[in-house]
Amino acid sequence: MPKDTGIGASPVRREDVRFLTGTGEYTDDIVLAKQTYAVFARSTVAHGTIKSIDTSAAEGMPGVLAVFTGEDFVEVGGNPAGWLINSRNGEPMKEPKRPVLAHGKVRHVGDAYAAVIAETIEQARDAVEAIEADIDELPAVVDMNDALSGSNFVHDEIETNQCFDWGWIEDNRDATDNAIKNAHHVTTLELVNNRLVPNAMEPRASIGSYKASTGEYTLHTTSQNPHLTRLLISAFVLGIPENMLTVIAPDVGGGFGSKIYHYGEEALVLAAAKKLGRPVKWTADRTESFLTDAHGRDHVTKIELALDKEGNFLAFRTDTKANVGAYLSNFSTATPTFLHGTLMAGNYTVPLVYVNVKAVFTNTAPVDAYRGAGRPEATYSLERVIDKAARELRMDPIELRRKNFIKPDQYPYASAAGLEYDAGNYDALMDKMEEVADVAGFEARRKQSEANGLMRGFGVNAYIEACGIAPSNLVGVLGSRVGLYDAATVRVNATGNLSVMVGAHSHGQGHETAFPQVVAEMLGIDPAVIDIVHGDTSKIPFGMGTYGSRSLAVCGSAVVRATEKIINKAKKIAGHMLEASDQDITLENGVFSVAGTDKSVTFGEVALKAYIPHEYPLEDIEPGLEETAFYDPANFTYPSGAYACEVEVDPETGKVRVDRMCAVDDFGNVINPMIVTGQVHGGLAQGIGQALVENTSYDENGQLLSASYMDYTMPRADDMPMFHVDHSQGTPCTHNPLGVKGCGEAGAIGSPPTVVNAVIDALQSGGTNVTHIDMPVTPARVWDAMQNAKSEEA
Amino acid sequence: MYNFEVEKPGTLAEATAAMAGEDAQALGGGQTLIPTLKQRLASPAKLVSLSGVAEMQGISKDGDALRIGGATTHGAVAADGNYPALSALAAQIGDPAVRNRGTIGGSLANNDPAACYPAAALGSGATIITTNREIAADDYFQGMFDTALDEGEIVTAVSFPIPQAANYQKFVQPASRFALVGVFLAKYADGIRVAVTGASNEGVFRWAEAEAALGDDFSASALDGLSVPADNMISDLHGPAAYRAHLVKVMTGRAVTAAG
Ligand SMILES: Cc1cc2nc3c(=O)[nH]c(=O)nc-3n(C[C@H](O)[C@H](O)[C@H](O)COP(=O)(O)OP(=O)(O)OC[C@H]3O[C@@H](n4cnc5c(N)ncnc54)[C@H](O)[C@@H]3O)c2cc1C
Repeated sequence: MPKDTGIGASPVRREDVRFLTGTGEYTDDIVLAKQTYAVFARSTVAHGTIKSIDTSAAEGMPGVLAVFTGEDFVEVGGNPAGWLINSRNGEPMKEPKRPVLAHGKVRHVGDAYAAVIAETIEQARDAVEAIEADIDELPAVVDMNDALSGSNFVHDEIETNQCFDWGWIEDNRDATDNAIKNAHHVTTLELVNNRLVPNAMEPRASIGSYKASTGEYTLHTTSQNPHLTRLLISAFVLGIPENMLTVIAPDVGGGFGSKIYHYGEEALVLAAAKKLGRPVKWTADRTESFLTDAHGRDHVTKIELALDKEGNFLAFRTDTKANVGAYLSNFSTATPTFLHGTLMAGNYTVPLVYVNVKAVFTNTAPVDAYRGAGRPEATYSLERVIDKAARELRMDPIELRRKNFIKPDQYPYASAAGLEYDAGNYDALMDKMEEVADVAGFEARRKQSEANGLMRGFGVNAYIEACGIAPSNLVGVLGSRVGLYDAATVRVNATGNLSVMVGAHSHGQGHETAFPQVVAEMLGIDPAVIDIVHGDTSKIPFGMGTYGSRSLAVCGSAVVRATEKIINKAKKIAGHMLEASDQDITLENGVFSVAGTDKSVTFGEVALKAYIPHEYPLEDIEPGLEETAFYDPANFTYPSGAYACEVEVDPETGKVRVDRMCAVDDFGNVINPMIVTGQVHGGLAQGIGQALVENTSYDENGQLLSASYMDYTMPRADDMPMFHVDHSQGTPCTHNPLGVKGCGEAGAIGSPPTVVNAVIDALQSGGTNVTHIDMPVTPARVWDAMQNAKSEEA
Repeated sequence: MYNFEVEKPGTLAEATAAMAGEDAQALGGGQTLIPTLKQRLASPAKLVSLSGVAEMQGISKDGDALRIGGATTHGAVAADGNYPALSALAAQIGDPAVRNRGTIGGSLANNDPAACYPAAALGSGATIITTNREIAADDYFQGMFDTALDEGEIVTAVSFPIPQAANYQKFVQPASRFALVGVFLAKYADGIRVAVTGASNEGVFRWAEAEAALGDDFSASALDGLSVPADNMISDLHGPAAYRAHLVKVMTGRAVTAAG
């Protein structure tokens, strides 16, 4: 029987009432007294030397209060990279300064070099047009190969466009090379993991305000992690003491990673607010979102898989160029390395893995973590090359994967790419997938499609990812400059309701519903009396925020620990009230009882006692009922899954239609199955979007061709089939108290290779020997590949 | 946006007078013009809204022709049953919001190379009726975003001869969902017309070879052996010229089959 409350229940999302009725409060909805508006002057060229910026005309325009340029921020710090990567030769990565406003050079289209603050947004826009910037256009560095071979540098001071040249695991390099040289069979694939624009529904926005009487700053901003933003601004960029800066992220309308990072606009509105003594608001328009939100992916990869005669995997060797764009965004150096290279053993018992990643500066928008962050890139490379190998060896793609799967009795399993997987059962996932996807019925469906003049293909995929991004000790060794624990405070109010302050910050995930389910289950009380407080550094102890599918696994664990402390203290209070030892007190359904007696007090009575401590043992127990816990896990969590996709391809137009999509995921224990299903649906839509339609294209001058929805294709509902989603095969995580793993990114990780594998299968079934098409697999590309295959045969 | 004045005349005479002002521009449904203004890509001094002009409203059957007022929305055309292929075309434009605002006059005046109505007008041999004159579709479309309209001239109505059979095949550009290639085919007593949108650097055009071949044999196989040269086709993110040329033929064939 499904439960209707607590862990495992699927209550509707309480936050959706305000989201669906238009009563959510986003940053741009907030209007502060005497608020002013900032508009940025942005480069229209990808690369140029700033000769001069004349702001005098702009300053004289109606309503203009101030104009800032890069000169105003020369003295302040830069926005740092959060992760230090060392190159194979031991040298640290190159870290050119990322200023608040461009200074000396502009480095991508959209790079802000000045900002106007005015009474109204239209006045600010008018004044931006009156700024006279003399910018000498330089040739743009766009293609990564050109960037690495040429002498035209994005950052002149580092005299290279290579940020780092990283090897993983460097000690395995020779052994991997030898394994590939001597193998029975080697399958090679060159592929592109296409660049994506995040496209959060809510564009970025920030309001800076300053209170001269106390020296306090407040930043309202669109952030997935307000504490991290505060830390970056305080410690690196503006030097505002942390206790003088409050960062508030109210409702946040999607982020997909792009709102993890600190951006220059946030620093600008704070500095401007101080100068003017009035709040300063900036809201991106959609064009600014396209040009300046940190983009995702953008890897160019060659992968090789060595196999023996029986199809056992012997080694994976990967050579990747990762575009980091014009500046290092906060997690840009971790994404192509430790979130990618460490996953290159996949779900397999392969003994050798070697990954080389060169990160490359170009005159394009910064690139950073985007839903999945590194793991989609890893999964795509692995699962495409495995599929190609199966075809070359004439083996069934499911059987080839099964043959190499890590088996359930092998956990904990030390992967060849340096991680220790704690739990999983990949064969069980594959079994379930075969059932849910009705693999047995495929041939009949293929015949039906053929009768309709269409080619049908079946694609399969197995993935593993590392999430619950955390263990501070581990990430510290790997180069992280921050800790990645999380924190929670559980405050029981005198009247028995609860406020739970969490460091995670929902930007659509449903924390306000899921976290109370956990606390309610532990205390045996109605979740309706539990409220989540998040997104405000002045109300929450600390937190590292929401990304990397970490909120429940890391912050949820902190909530559990804090709730356990509440229970311990409440038992003491109950023991006193019931004249028994706290050791003898049990808690069930919100009632504390003395074991073996009928003596009991309710949770509410204990809460009241804590705040009205009459006849209370003040010498033994403090009044109040509020506890905080910081939680830092022992390992990543390792969700895994088996996916299947069926597509139909129109041989005349090349158009691909996804007909069936099945995702069987192991997320460990599941708190709210409905929310988990929703997360998978969103991820699948994004993954299908990446596979089939989303294309970020810069021309050779660094102009973004796909800079609006007229040319950047978002996946739409009618591009999607009904999804078959299953999470019944969970193997609980062994090291966190809830046994949970994280589900936010899986769909976007598992689906792209599944879709592309299905397209290739369809084309092969139609008799065209196409072995690869780069994403997005647009009709034109499919048609082109078919033409090429035909002319090769001829 | 920059500031501008707005006038909303009730009659064609008032509209003509209002358009005579300096830097005045007609406003139809605003589905193209308003986004342009928002991006500060145009700065008219005055917008003359045509949505209140009585003579420009409505759809009426006039013998064998269908007359559609220039301010008629795509939604209204989609709901009309007199020329099914034209209604079906209108129903595929944009989304409901666009169809409830956007007008046939605005679409034809704008002559976007990927828009749908130009294919219908050219494919039907329609007559564009303006404040000054009547222009045959064959003379009206003059290349991408270019028409025979003079400064200040308003499209007041369009008259479509109703064919024996017709069909519009739209292969969408996936992002904008305008036509990557759209083919409008109509069969009249005196011959077949085939108009292609979305494909050419010169905007909407007639495919004369297909018209001739289909005139002899109205079946998709009549197109075997024909091809459209790729030379002047649009090449962009969504497809190279050769692909568009290929699609013209595929979509024409499908239009023939669907028209029956
Ligand atoms: C999201 C979206 C999707 C769309 N999809 C499609 C599609 O699939 N196919 C398609 O064909 N179109 C599509 N459109 C365009 C749509 O059909 C527009 O409505 C049309 O192109 C312009 O018509 P309008 O009435 O909105 O004109 P406006 O935007 O008001 O005006 C456009 C231009 O025409 C002039 N003008 C307007 N009316 C007249 C008139 N009566 N006489 C002379 N000049 C006039 C204006 O001065 C302006 O220069 C789409 C638009 C949007 C926003």
